Order: sequence, then C-alpha cells, then structure tokens
Amino acid sequence: MTKPFLSIENLTQRYPDGQGGIMTVFEDATFGVEKGEFVVILGHSGCGKSTIMNILAGLADPTSGVVTMDGREVSGPSLDRGVVFQNYSLLPWLSTLKNVSFGVAARHPDWSKAKVLEHSRNYLAMVGLEGDVIHRKPSQLSGGMRQRVSIARAFANHPKLLLLDEPFGALDALTRGTIQDELLKIWGDSGQTVFMITHDIDEAILLADRILLMTNGPFARVAESVDITIPRPRNRTDIVEHPNYYAIRNHLVQFLGKRSKDLAGQASDGAAQRPETVRIDLTGTAKDPTPETRLRAVNT
Amino acid sequence: MPSLSLNQRALLMSVLILVVGLLIWEAAIPAQKAVGELTEYERLTGGGAQKAGVPPPSQVFVKAWEELSNPFYDAGPNDKGIGIQIGYSIYRVLSGYLMAAIVAIPLGFLIGMSPVAYKALNPFIQVLRPISPLAWMPLALFIIQDSEASAIFVIFICSIWPMLLNTAFGVAGVRQDWVNVARTHELGHIKTAFTVILPAAAPTIVTGMRISIGIAWLVIVAAEMLVGGTGIGYYVWNEWNNLDLTSVIFSIMMIGVVGMLLDMAFATLQRAVAYAE
Ligand SMILES: Nc1ncnc2c1ncn2[C@@H]1O[C@H](COP(=O)(O)OP(=O)(O)O)[C@@H](O)[C@H]1O
Ligand SMILES: [Mg+2]
Repeated sequence: MTKPFLSIENLTQRYPDGQGGIMTVFEDATFGVEKGEFVVILGHSGCGKSTIMNILAGLADPTSGVVTMDGREVSGPSLDRGVVFQNYSLLPWLSTLKNVSFGVAARHPDWSKAKVLEHSRNYLAMVGLEGDVIHRKPSQLSGGMRQRVSIARAFANHPKLLLLDEPFGALDALTRGTIQDELLKIWGDSGQTVFMITHDIDEAILLADRILLMTNGPFARVAESVDITIPRPRNRTDIVEHPNYYAIRNHLVQFLGKRSKDLAGQASDGAAQRPETVRIDLTGTAKDPTPETRLRAVNT
Repeated sequence: MPSLSLNQRALLMSVLILVVGLLIWEAAIPAQKAVGELTEYERLTGGGAQKAGVPPPSQVFVKAWEELSNPFYDAGPNDKGIGIQIGYSIYRVLSGYLMAAIVAIPLGFLIGMSPVAYKALNPFIQVLRPISPLAWMPLALFIIQDSEASAIFVIFICSIWPMLLNTAFGVAGVRQDWVNVARTHELGHIKTAFTVILPAAAPTIVTGMRISIGIAWLVIVAAEMLVGGTGIGYYVWNEWNNLDLTSVIFSIMMIGVVGMLLDMAFATLQRAVAYAE
C-alpha cells in the first residue's frame, strides 16, 4: 500500500500532568490525508486537536511517532505547511499588506519588491480586502477582517498543506459564513490540501471531504473517519436539502454528545490506532431505510 | 464664557500658576538698596558689596537673557558660556549612554532569548544594579587615570541596567504566536530577531532607554561636580563657590530644560515604535 500524501503514524503525545505523573493526550494515533483533500477534525475542547496540528506544522515534537508529507519526514516548520492560527497571529506593527508581503518575500526571495506586493494584493483581494484597508494595522481591523488577512497570508504562499486551527471560532455567525464561502472558493481554485480543526458541526459538513472524529482525552483517539457524501459545489442553504445531510449530522451529534465520552480513556495496546471509516449514503438506495439502521450497519 | 478645550484650560492654568509663583517669589525677596541710597555708615561697613542672597526672578531672567544671548563664548577655564558647558555634559552623557546601549541591548537580547543565560547572569545583575553610580568613581579614576573618561564610565554604568533588564524582559515576553509565525515562514535566527523579536520588544526596550537617559542626566551633574573642569555640573558648583546664586538658579533651570528635551526625544521614539494589539 502506498503512503498517503500526509501520513501520521503511531503519533503519541504525553505531558507531565503537573502532579508528578504523566498525562497521555493521545497514543499511537494513525491516519492519513490524501493530496487535495479537505479534512476536518472535530472533537471536544481539550482532546488534543491543537496538539496534533502543531505537530503537523512542525512547531512541536511529538513524544513518539512519525509524520511524513510527500514522502519526507516532518521535522520542523516549513513554508510547505501554511498555518492559520486561531488568534490570527498577525504582526501588529505591520500593515495588513505587509503582514502578507513579508511571508511572500520569505517564500520568493528572488522576486522583486513590486512583484511581491502585487501578489500580496491579489490574495488580499481574493478575501475581499482592497483599497485603503490594506494599509491599516491589524488593530484597526475587525475580527473577521483579521482572519481574512491570516487566510490570505497562508494561501499566498501556496503551501502544499494548509493547517487551520479553529479559524472561525471567534467570529460571529454571519462573518463566519462569508469567510467559509471565501475559503471554499480559494481552496476550490487552488486544489490545496487542507487540514482544519473545528468544533462546529455544520461548518465541518459544509467544508469537509472527510471528518475525523476525536474522542475525549486523556487517551483521546481519532475514532472515526466520516465521508461527507454530499457533492460539491456546496452552499449552506442547499446542502440541508440533501438526503445525506441530516443523517451525517445526526451521526456527528451522536458522536460528540455521547460516544466521544464512552470511547474515551482507553490506552492503546501498542498497535496503531486507525479510525474506522464511516460512509453514510442514502441516495439511490432501497426505499426508506431509516438512518438509524444504516448507522448501526456501518458502525459494526 | 466660551467653552475652552481641556488643553486650553490646562495651558491657562499653567500660565496662572507660573505668574503667581513668580510674583510671590519676587515679593518675598527684600530689595537691595542702590549704592546712592546708602547711608555713610552703611557704605563704610561694606553694605554696598553685593550680598549673597536668593535673587528675585527678575534678576534670574536678566541673567538668563545675558547667558542665552551669547551661549558659546569661551573666556578661559573658569568662564565659559552656558552652551559650551551643557555641550560638554551632553557629550559625556551621550558617549556613556551609547556605549551602554551597545553593550546592554545585544546582551539583553541574549539573556531574553536564553533561560540559561538569564539564570547565569541574574545574580551579577542583582548585585551590581543597586550600586550608586558615583560609588564607582574612585575606582574609575584610579583605573582609567582620566577624569573625563571616568565621568563617561559612570554614565555608562548607570545607564546600562535599565536598558539591559528591559531588553531582556521585552525579548523574553514576545508572544510565542509571533515567533511561530516567523518559524512557519522559515525566517532563520537573524531575520527573526530583526523582523519579529525586535519590533515586538521595541516598546519595552525604548522604555528602558528612556529610563536610562533620565538617570544618566541626573548622574552627570553629580559626576561633574566631583571631577570638575567643564560641564553643567561643574558650572553649578563653580557658581556656588563664587556665591553667584543667580547663576546657580539659572543653571538649575537649564538642567531641567535639557533633561526635559532628552526625555521628549525618547517619548517621540517611544510613540514611533508603539503598536496596538
Ligand atoms: N505544553 C503543554 N503542557 C502540558 N499539557 C498540555 C500542553 N499543551 C497541551 N496540553 C494539554 O493537552 C490537552 C490537549 O490540548 P489541546 O491540543 O490544546 O486541545 P484542543 O486543541 O483539542 O482543545 C489538554 O488537556 C491540555 O491541557
Ligand atoms: Mg485548540
């Protein structure tokens, strides 16, 4: 079997628990992401999502386990992996434009200043930031605008893998919706591989090709990989009409509400902990199978 | 009454306080009699000689006008214009200060970046910092054998601590998120230091620089009183020996004005590097 584009093998993270003992966040987590895929990881706060993402970004080292991307081991941050941080992490002393262009200049040291600026402007325009706004400092922007800058900065560098840590967590619902649409559009045009963290179920269904479900920690597990069997292009008003939408949504709600607790707290026996693939597809199947029976069928 | 802005009202009040203060001062000083009004007896007993007393502000103004209209004259070692004296003091302050900055800021960077360096150097800093800079003077004079250089050394040693500590503190406190942004863009150590850590820590560093220049200006007056020769501190002391209190008061004011200007320069710098999160 060939390795997926991004391959996570037996990833284990332990921390001192602060009382002289050891806390295992997750153990032997093993999964992969294919090239061009949009994968969303969903789980309760504190289960270890950010920890996984920081390891994928190369910003943190796991206790054990390997991450490979494109056949090469991840051993530190790289321009090939762009990160959109939860708190935007814009540099407050730089203007909006400079926040994007310093990254572009780092990626393309051979480009002229004019080319760097033009490229940066284009990407800011893609997320709807044009005109005077791009000369303002981040402190003069709204939360939504800041997150747009952060997304523009990441996409402008054409990373092979884009990592987003709860990018819309701090935004109001309307702004979140608009930026989700923008994200989908840029992703659709670029074909980049995206790995995103969220705790918002509807956001996950709208954006993802596949949702990884994580149980609560400690000893959290990436327990399931749920295929989102809703064709693209998707938009938020139409997808709710799709026959698979509520079946998938119910499955996710079930998991987060109940099974994420039931499955928590089990040490692995040293073997790779792979998520179970769940595929819920009610289209073109026999008449009237209740979602519940189908769910049970896929979960055995 | 037309409503004045806060600033206008404050200005009005400042002027009022100044005028009232000067009037009280002027009224509190008994006028010296002119020679013509003296009685025979007073003239014989030396009453005509200028008496050493606190002068009224009007005299200080006259003195200030004289001195400031020709600040750079040089009539021998004991008689130089106020501009020359202040020039010497500023020269000493800036040389000592600049050397301190050249040592303190890179060293502070190192200490801020490395917990080991911080722990290793901290005991030395804690012992050296509370020493009054003038306490170094005898040692400096003995080792350097030059009063000019010793004064500069004293400035160096007193300006180094606030800059060192603030730089270390500012660098250590740079948000990990910003450092992570640099890391994900593969910026490298030098580039990260200049494009992320320096601007992030700049407000704290400049605050340290501002404290240092204030201390340096306080210390130079005392140092020049000790080493003598030139400088505003020497000038004050010299005029005191001449019992010329008008000049003493005038030079005290000049010390205040120059100190304020130095502080304002750093306040401007502080505004330039400030950022809102
Ligand atoms: N540096 C650290 N030291 C100790 N514990 C940590 C550290 N970072 C994270 N943790 C713990 O690991 C668990 C997972 O954290 P995190 O990955 O941030 O969760 P999530 O992003 O899913 O909300 C939490 O219990 C957290 O307290
Ligand atoms: Mg998190």
